[in-house]
Amino acid sequence: MEIDPFIFRLSIFVLSIFVGYYVVWSVTPSLHTPLMSVTNAISSVIIVGAIIAVSDLSSEVSFNLSNTFGLIATALAAINIFGGFLVTQRMLQMYKKRKKEKLK
Amino acid sequence: MTPNSAASFYLISGVLFILALRGLSSPETSRQGNVFGILGMVLAIVVTFLFVDILSSSFILTICALVIGGSIGTIIALRISMTAMPQLVAGFHSLVGLAAVLVALSAFYSPETFEIGTLNNIKKISLVEMSIGASIGAITFTGSVIAFLKLQGLMSGAPITFKGQHFINLLIGIGIISLIIYNTINQSNYIFWLLIISSFLIGICLIIPIGGADMPVVISMLNSYSGWAAAGIGFTLENTALIITGALVGSSGAILSYIMCKGMNRSFFSVILGGFGETNSTLQKNKDKKPVKSGNAEDAAFLMKNASSVIIVPGYGMAVAQAQHVLREMADSLKKNGVKVSYAVHPVAGRMPGHMNVLLAEANVPYDEVFEQENINSDFASTDVAFVIGANDVTNPVAKTDPQSPIYGMPILDVEKSKSVLFVKRSLSPGYAGVDNELFYRDNTLMLFADAKKMTEEIVKNLK
Repeated sequence: MEIDPFIFRLSIFVLSIFVGYYVVWSVTPSLHTPLMSVTNAISSVIIVGAIIAVSDLSSEVSFNLSNTFGLIATALAAINIFGGFLVTQRMLQMYKKRKKEKLK
Repeated sequence: MTPNSAASFYLISGVLFILALRGLSSPETSRQGNVFGILGMVLAIVVTFLFVDILSSSFILTICALVIGGSIGTIIALRISMTAMPQLVAGFHSLVGLAAVLVALSAFYSPETFEIGTLNNIKKISLVEMSIGASIGAITFTGSVIAFLKLQGLMSGAPITFKGQHFINLLIGIGIISLIIYNTINQSNYIFWLLIISSFLIGICLIIPIGGADMPVVISMLNSYSGWAAAGIGFTLENTALIITGALVGSSGAILSYIMCKGMNRSFFSVILGGFGETNSTLQKNKDKKPVKSGNAEDAAFLMKNASSVIIVPGYGMAVAQAQHVLREMADSLKKNGVKVSYAVHPVAGRMPGHMNVLLAEANVPYDEVFEQENINSDFASTDVAFVIGANDVTNPVAKTDPQSPIYGMPILDVEKSKSVLFVKRSLSPGYAGVDNELFYRDNTLMLFADAKKMTEEIVKNLK
């Protein structure tokens, strides 16, 4: 019997949980807030599904429920992607080392 | 683009996301990490556009949605103040949750587009996956909205509890599981909507009993949920990038919840069951009035100027008073006088994990002067002055001595070991945990009763 592709996806999922576990423990506590904002941004990769949902929209067929949901989801995920990465960048820019010269 | 090459690119984007989190292991590599994250996202989006043979009319609409969402996100990210970070993150989590629900609904209504079956005849396994994804997404959505309202102050931070609450939650929980099973066997639109509505409801019920003090745990928990929701949808879409990301975010949120619980010495279950943060200060009222030494800015400036080392212990009160900038000025003047200055940050200082570090970084405090509890606790004994500003419970020695105390066992900063303690506080009122701080009454403690910002400004003047 052939192995169901579901099992492969499950394997990726389980292994990724372990990768996540070790990677996140190595994050320095002072960067926990940027960690939350960046995980928030990357979880918006769900936009992939939203784009697919809009993809079958053609001019002949009227706008169906699925397309509508897809479009809203695209906009919501886009808020998160731009907002999440930018605010993370803004925070990370503030982390500076002690300067040798006098502070201005 | 063939499905195989698309899948390979999604895998690369998943790896880039892992590298994005890896970068956060130190501030030097973190900015590079963020770039990896952005690259991963761009790759995933471009590959999707190439893969779906998108029709021109829908392409334009999708781009419009992207631009509108992107502009809103950009404006929010550039304008938000760092003090408001917790509610921003809660708000963002709610969007991920809602997006997950919407994508699941799209897949439910046009399964052909997602190649998971035909209308009203979706593959069983896909039905289970999308139901779980939609349900967790819905919980994340309403839960985060409540957390947002509480953090933003639009809703009281006090826990809302009533009789039979846990029983009702349990019933809804069982209901949700039954609906998922029923929907898998007899696929039905009504059942799917009912599932989503009950999940919205339990999201609200789960968060309203949790008090303001437990918010760091709640945000981390919702962070984790948003990850699991994304993973559920990832299974439905058979998308590797989404599965990897979901797992990463899910475990990240879970670890942060664990760290926050440990920082407060609370079990995860007691946080979830809620009710903490109620003002039980009535317990403390009939206490005898003990003598307290109070001082002014001049005394504080004199003490610190003549010290050889000062440790600053900031708490959320400092952030509320917006005193971080003037605090850094004070530290600068002290350094000019040859005083060694460092900062001690407790894991639950602030309203979300790492919040205090961001606030200090914003005020240009170099990150190598800021220490975590375990790295600085032993230094208090050899420190002349501990300057506690806006913190309370995290310095209370009762956590080590009194097993009856609600905060007993909570890891605290050993402030009482330093030669003298300066406490900037408005009054002698207890903190969130409703426990009196015996440190206020010690001989080596000098209370500075004032607003954190005003007092620090005064001290700066006196240092010059």
